[in-house]
Amino acid sequence: MYFSTDTATTPLAKIPEGDLKDKWSNFKTQARLVSPNNRKNYRILVIGTGLSGASAAASLAELGYQVTSFCFQDSPRRAHSVAAQGGVNAMKNYKNDGDSVFRMFYDTLKGGDFRSREANVYRLAECSASLIDQAVAQGVPFAREYSGYLSNRSFGGVQVSRTFYARGQTGQQLLLGAYQAMMRQVHLGKVTCYSRHEMLDLVTENGVAKGILVRNLDTGEISRHGAHAVVLATGGFGKIYYLSTLAMGCNGSAIWRAHKKGAWASCPSWTQIHPTCLPQSGNHQSKLTLMSESLRNDGRIWTPRVKNENRKPQDIPEEDRDYYLERRYPSFGNLAPRDIASRAAKERIDAGHGVGPLKNAVYLDFKDAIANQGKETIVKKYGNLFTMYEKITGINAYEQPMMISPAAHFSMGGLWVDYELSSSISGLYVIGEANFSDHGANRLGANSLLQACVDGYYILPQTLPHYLAQLSKSEKPDTNTAAFEESENQMRTQLRELCQINGSKTVDHFHRELGKILYDKCGLSRTEKGLTAAIEAIRSLRQEFYQDLKIPQNENGINEELEKAGRVADYLEIGELMCIDALSREESCGAHFREEYQTADGEAKRNDRDYAFISCWKSGDPSPVLIKEPLHFEFTKPTERSYK
Amino acid sequence: MNFKLKIWRQENPKTKGKLVDYEVKDISADTSFLEMLDQLNETLILRGENPVSFDSDCREGICGQCGLFINGRAHGPLDQTSTCQLHMRSFKDGETIYVEPFRSSAFPIKKDLRVDRQALDNIIASGGYISVSTGQAPEANQTRISSDEVESAFDAASCIGCGACVASCKNGSAALFTAAKISHLFQLPQGKIEHKKRTQNMVKAMDQLGFGACSNTGACEVECPQGISIRHIALMNKEYWK
Ligand SMILES: Cc1cc2nc3c(=O)[nH]c(=O)nc-3n(C[C@H](O)[C@H](O)[C@H](O)COP(=O)(O)OP(=O)(O)OC[C@H]3O[C@@H](n4cnc5c(N)ncnc54)[C@H](O)[C@@H]3O)c2cc1C
Ligand code: SF4
Ligand code: FES
Repeated sequence: MYFSTDTATTPLAKIPEGDLKDKWSNFKTQARLVSPNNRKNYRILVIGTGLSGASAAASLAELGYQVTSFCFQDSPRRAHSVAAQGGVNAMKNYKNDGDSVFRMFYDTLKGGDFRSREANVYRLAECSASLIDQAVAQGVPFAREYSGYLSNRSFGGVQVSRTFYARGQTGQQLLLGAYQAMMRQVHLGKVTCYSRHEMLDLVTENGVAKGILVRNLDTGEISRHGAHAVVLATGGFGKIYYLSTLAMGCNGSAIWRAHKKGAWASCPSWTQIHPTCLPQSGNHQSKLTLMSESLRNDGRIWTPRVKNENRKPQDIPEEDRDYYLERRYPSFGNLAPRDIASRAAKERIDAGHGVGPLKNAVYLDFKDAIANQGKETIVKKYGNLFTMYEKITGINAYEQPMMISPAAHFSMGGLWVDYELSSSISGLYVIGEANFSDHGANRLGANSLLQACVDGYYILPQTLPHYLAQLSKSEKPDTNTAAFEESENQMRTQLRELCQINGSKTVDHFHRELGKILYDKCGLSRTEKGLTAAIEAIRSLRQEFYQDLKIPQNENGINEELEKAGRVADYLEIGELMCIDALSREESCGAHFREEYQTADGEAKRNDRDYAFISCWKSGDPSPVLIKEPLHFEFTKPTERSYK
Repeated sequence: MNFKLKIWRQENPKTKGKLVDYEVKDISADTSFLEMLDQLNETLILRGENPVSFDSDCREGICGQCGLFINGRAHGPLDQTSTCQLHMRSFKDGETIYVEPFRSSAFPIKKDLRVDRQALDNIIASGGYISVSTGQAPEANQTRISSDEVESAFDAASCIGCGACVASCKNGSAALFTAAKISHLFQLPQGKIEHKKRTQNMVKAMDQLGFGACSNTGACEVECPQGISIRHIALMNKEYWK
C-alpha cells in the first residue's frame, strides 16, 4: 500500500457561522484585534513577493507590523505573477449582463467541479470588486472604453464579462502595483526585503512555526530568521513537469519543507494543463510559453478532419476543418474551461489529427475574427501576443493560424489551509498559489491573480492578527534555540552531501526525466496502472539522483546547479506524492481525469458519494497518511459539470 | 548551427575577469540564446568545468531578470527583444559571438554574467508609487480616464526593470528607467497629486545611487526591450526643473 488513511482526525476548517453571504463579515466582526501601538512588536516573515506575498507584506506593514520579505529572484518585482497575461476576474457587473457575487461564486465552484469549500469561494467573489478599486488607485492601467470607463471581457468557463485586463500584461501591472506598495513600506522602514534569498527550512517548536532558515544565493551564507508568524507565498510548483509555463526558478521547496515539518499538503496532483501554449519544438527546450487564454475569445480552435493532413492550414477548406470544441460543447464552444479544452486537444492529437512538425498541436485561427472585426481591432486586443508568437516561432499569425498545445501551468493543489489561511501548523499561513483553497479541481482563468491578491490584501490582514492577538505578550522571536540549531545543521549537511555525490549526470537530466514520467502518467489523464508504474519509476529515479548527480563547485557562493538540485530533490518527493494522491482518488473531477471513471461520451465522472472531500496528506513514515476533510454543500447542489 | 563564443568569466566581484573562448555545435536555429548557453553549461559540467553563471527566470520577456551584452549590444542584435526572447536563427552559422554582462558603475558584477541591479529597486523605493494603503481606494469607475491617456501611461508602465538602458548608456544613467515610472504615474489622474515630490525624490535617489547623468545620447531607447521612448526623460526633466 502506498499510503494509509487516518479516519480519526477531522480537519477543522473554521468556517464561520451564518448565511453564506454573512460568513466573512461575521468573521471580521468577531476577530481578535491587535491594538495599533502594539503592532510594531510583532515580526512576520513573508516568503515570496508575487501578488500574494507583496500585497500581504505591504498591507501588513501599512497596519504597523514589522515585515521581512524574501524572494529568490534578484528583485521582488520579478516574481512569476509578472508573467500573467490574460486578466483578473472581479464582480463589478459593469456590463449589466447579470453578474452577481453569487453567480461568480457559483461559476468558480462549478469550474472547480465542486471540490472546494463554499465559504472560501464565496469570500473570493465577495472581495473581488475591491481589488479592482485598489489596483486602479495604485495606478494599474487597466483597459478603458472610449468613454473612459473600465472595460472587460469574458474568459473560459463563464458566460458574463468579468475579466479586467491591462493589454496582455495584467500580471505585470498588478504586480508592479503590489511591488510598489511594498517598496513604499521598505522606504518607511516597515518592510525589510531580501532578494536572492531562498528559504531552506521551516523551524518549528512544539508544533508552532518559529521562523525559517534561508540561503543567500549570492554568497552561500545561511541565516536564521525568527518571527511570530511565517507566511508562505511561494507560488505554484508546475515546473515539476520540467516543461511548463512557469519560470525557471519556480519551485515546490518551501511548501515541501514545511510539509515535512508537519503541514498537510492537499490534492497535490491537481494540476492545470493549459490548452493554449506553444508546442514543444525540440529537446533543447527549457520552457513552454503560454499564449493567453483571452485569445479564445476571438480565435477558433480546429484540427484537420483527416489524419496526417499535409496541406497548409490556409489551404484547408471549411468543410475539411473540425472545430471540435464548437462541435462538442455548443454552448461554450471555444471558451470551454481549460481542463476540458486541453483534454479535447489531447484527444484530437492522440487520434492522429495533430498539426505542426511534431504533430503535437492544434490550430487557433483568427481568420474569421479579422474578417468580422478588422485587423486593427485584433491588433489592439492582442497585438503584443501576436508579436510574441512571431518572435518565438517566426510565424505571422495574422496570415496563418497559430499552433497551440497543452502545457502544465497551475497547481490547484498546495498546502492545506483553513478558512483563515492557516496551515495545519500553528503560526504558519499559506497564501496565493501555494495553498489549496478556492479553485477546487480546476481553476477558472483569471481567478488566480484574483485569489493571490485577495489573500494578500484582504484576508490575511484580518486573519493573521486574530492569531497574533492570542500569543502571550512575552513571546519574542529567538533564533538561538535547539530547533534552529538542528535545522541549520541538517541543511548544511544536505547541501554539502549534494555537492559531494560527484556522479555523471546533471540536475537537468533528472528533472527532464521526472517531467516525462509525470506528463505521461500523472498529466491530462491517469490510470491506476500508469500511476503505479510512475511511483516505481520516480523511486528509482530518486535513487539514481542521489548516486549519480554531478554538481560542480561547492556550497559556498553562487552555485546555480546546487540551487536546482535542492529543488529537484524535493520535486522527486513531491512527484511521488502527486501520483499517490491521483491513485487514491478513484473518480474523475476537474483536471483529475482517471480513465477508469468517465461517462459514455468521455467526460469526467465525479463520485460525490465517496469523494466529496479534500485530501489532506500528512507526511509519514514509511508512507504518507491520508486525512479527509469532508465538503458540505449547504447553499448549492453539486451538479454534473456540463458545458455542452 | 555551430558558434564560437567569447564569454566574460569572472569568479567574484573582487577578482579580475576575462573573455574565455568556447565552442558550441549542432545547435538548432529554433533554440533560444539562453537555451544555447544551457547546452554549453551541461557540456561544461560533464567535462568537470564550472558552468557560466547568468541570470534568467520567466524566459518570456517580462520579468526583466535576463540581460546580456551580446556582440556589443544590450540584449543582442534584435530591437525590442529581451535576451531570453532571442533565438539562434538571428545569428549566422559559424559566427563568433561576444557575451558580456550588463556593465555599469551602479551594477557591480557578482559573477561571470550576473550583475547586481538592486539600485533600481532603491530608485522605486524612493518614491515610485502612489501612496494609497489597502482599503482606501474609491470605486474604480469614479475616475474616468480616457483610453488614450491610459494607453500612453501604459507605454511607460511596461518597463521590465532589466537595466539595459543603464548598461547601454556611456554615462551609466538610469534616466530612462526612472522617467518611465515618473511618466507612468504622472499621466494618470491618481498619480498627479504626489507628482512633484515623487519626481524630486526619484531623481535625487538616482544621483545618490551612483548612476551617471543623462546627456541625451538616446542609446537607451534603442536598446530598451520594451521600446520605451526618451520623450519620458524630457517630461521628467521638465517636471524636475519646474
Ligand atoms: C504564464 C502564466 C500566465 C498566467 N496568466 C494568468 C492570468 O491571466 N490570470 C490569472 O488569474 N492567473 C494567471 N496565471 C496564474 C497566476 O499568475 C499565479 O497563480 C499567481 O500569480 C501566483 O501568485 P503567487 O503570489 O502565489 O506566486 P508567484 O508570483 O509565483 O510568487 C512566488 C514568490 O515566491 C518566491 N519563492 C518561491 N520559492 C521560494 C523559496 N524557496 N524561497 C524564497 N522565495 C521563494 C519567489 O521568489 C516569488 O517571489 C498565470 C500563470 C502563468 C505561469
Ligand atoms: S526602461 Fe527599458 S531598458 Fe530600461 S529597465 Fe525599463 S525596460 Fe529595461
Ligand atoms: S528571463 Fe524574464 S525577461 Fe528574460
